[in-house]
Amino acid sequence: MSNRWIVVLKVLVHAACLAPFAWLVVHLLQNNLGPDPTAAVTFFTGRGTLRLLVLFLAVTPLRRVMPSLAWIIRFRRMLGLYAFFYGSLHLLTYVWLYAGFSLSAMIDDITKRRFITAGLTAWVLMVPLALTSTTWSIRKLGGKNWNRLHRLAYLSAIAGIVHYWWGVKPGVQTPMPITLVLFALLIARPILTWWSRRKMPASS
Amino acid sequence: MLIRKTNDIQPLEITPSEITPKSVYLNRRAFMSGAAAAGTAALVGPRIASLLAPAASVHADTKLTTVPSPLSTTGEQLTSLQDITHYNNFYELGVDKGDPARNAGRMKTRPWTVSIEGQVKAKKTFDIDTLLKLRPLEDRIYRFRCVEAWSMVIPWVGYSLSEFIKECDPLPSAKYIQFLSLADPNQMPGLREANLDWPYSEGLRMDEAMHPLTLLTFGLYGETLPNQDGAPVRVVIPWKYGFKSAKSIVKVRFVDKQPHTTWNEMAPNEYGFYSNVNPDVDHPRWSQKTERRIGASIFKQRQPTLMFNGYGDQVAKLYTGMDLRKNF
Repeated sequence: MSNRWIVVLKVLVHAACLAPFAWLVVHLLQNNLGPDPTAAVTFFTGRGTLRLLVLFLAVTPLRRVMPSLAWIIRFRRMLGLYAFFYGSLHLLTYVWLYAGFSLSAMIDDITKRRFITAGLTAWVLMVPLALTSTTWSIRKLGGKNWNRLHRLAYLSAIAGIVHYWWGVKPGVQTPMPITLVLFALLIARPILTWWSRRKMPASS
Repeated sequence: MLIRKTNDIQPLEITPSEITPKSVYLNRRAFMSGAAAAGTAALVGPRIASLLAPAASVHADTKLTTVPSPLSTTGEQLTSLQDITHYNNFYELGVDKGDPARNAGRMKTRPWTVSIEGQVKAKKTFDIDTLLKLRPLEDRIYRFRCVEAWSMVIPWVGYSLSEFIKECDPLPSAKYIQFLSLADPNQMPGLREANLDWPYSEGLRMDEAMHPLTLLTFGLYGETLPNQDGAPVRVVIPWKYGFKSAKSIVKVRFVDKQPHTTWNEMAPNEYGFYSNVNPDVDHPRWSQKTERRIGASIFKQRQPTLMFNGYGDQVAKLYTGMDLRKNF
């Protein structure tokens, strides 16, 4: 993949990641988000976060399965930062439209309601990743430490999925598809490692 | 001009269907966004609007002859018919709020009978058209508070359930009433989707059922109920969370013990048998102190929730001496 194509693709990925946000802002200004706009914004930003997190986590396994796609690593940081962006919008929706910026209401929620605790955990786990997403940080921390730290992304995604399940009514299955995708990505890592180890002796 | 008219506070003493032309309240949002959307969003606007709020497709549309009721709630803006018919929890027709409107066309509401069983002098079956003529139909405007912390103001049409109960001749041993809803997989695609114990079952204590506010409901906005709102007959108990108000009722049982009820059985810590609207008893997953009014603009949606949904003067006496935290 030539650098020129990478630049073009990066522009496209930025546009694809920002388009939902633009859509949301336009419809918010038009007061055109359906009967329950608060809930619409909540689900829109929440689902967006989980989808971006899953895309972000898919990069490494994909590269290992298809070495010709190795260049997609150059898009991973963007995807992660956009996941953090939508996650922060989701959190802002809660702080503003649910808690009304009331600290006592938030403390009450976080301590009493496990689905809110799980959601906040997912967001908090993303903070150090976003802060250390620069190339400078990778150099400073060293590749090994940085990699270890950035495995928190898996934990964050798990907390996000748990938050989704605990948030919906018992018996409702809407979080199932994204849960299965995340599960596949989680087991892909050990399976691919085992697979490459098995192949190694034969090829050497 | 049209936009201004719909935003006025409507005089609620008048039958709602008399004041606002249907074409106007159906299209309220389209009018409001129309002006703002004229510019940049002209291209994508209509497509997205139709995704969010598909055109009203299923309406029973039969006009009902009604009389006004002194039991109506006054002074609040009615929720638009569009929102009342496109933001529904009716899991038999799908779990997404928009599913019931999409799948309503599959439901058949004629012929329809309601059978009466249990502690009654004699088992009976009522035809829906008999029920419609049993008593004069009243316009009853009620606040509607969902356990999920959103609310509407709905102009229902019906008569007090007590009038119907009198026709059923229950025995003195009948202490509770149970409502069973239609559960036909050929008409209701949601039955397979939601992992609940069908048919949907709800119930009330006899004195709650006999309270004049408890409405046997056949319509809204002056017309027969749209299928997604529980056609052809449902109950509405305005001081309880919405899920207590069973839809599309096919069977009524008079029983001597508290009946099993669907959501209570599914998650007893989340949905009590009584489920009276109560701002002081939180749902495990959210606070019930406030609610989001459907149809209001996003920054004005939230408002305080009232004890017994504001019907305390009429119904609090039903619960004297009861611990409403324990019996939530």
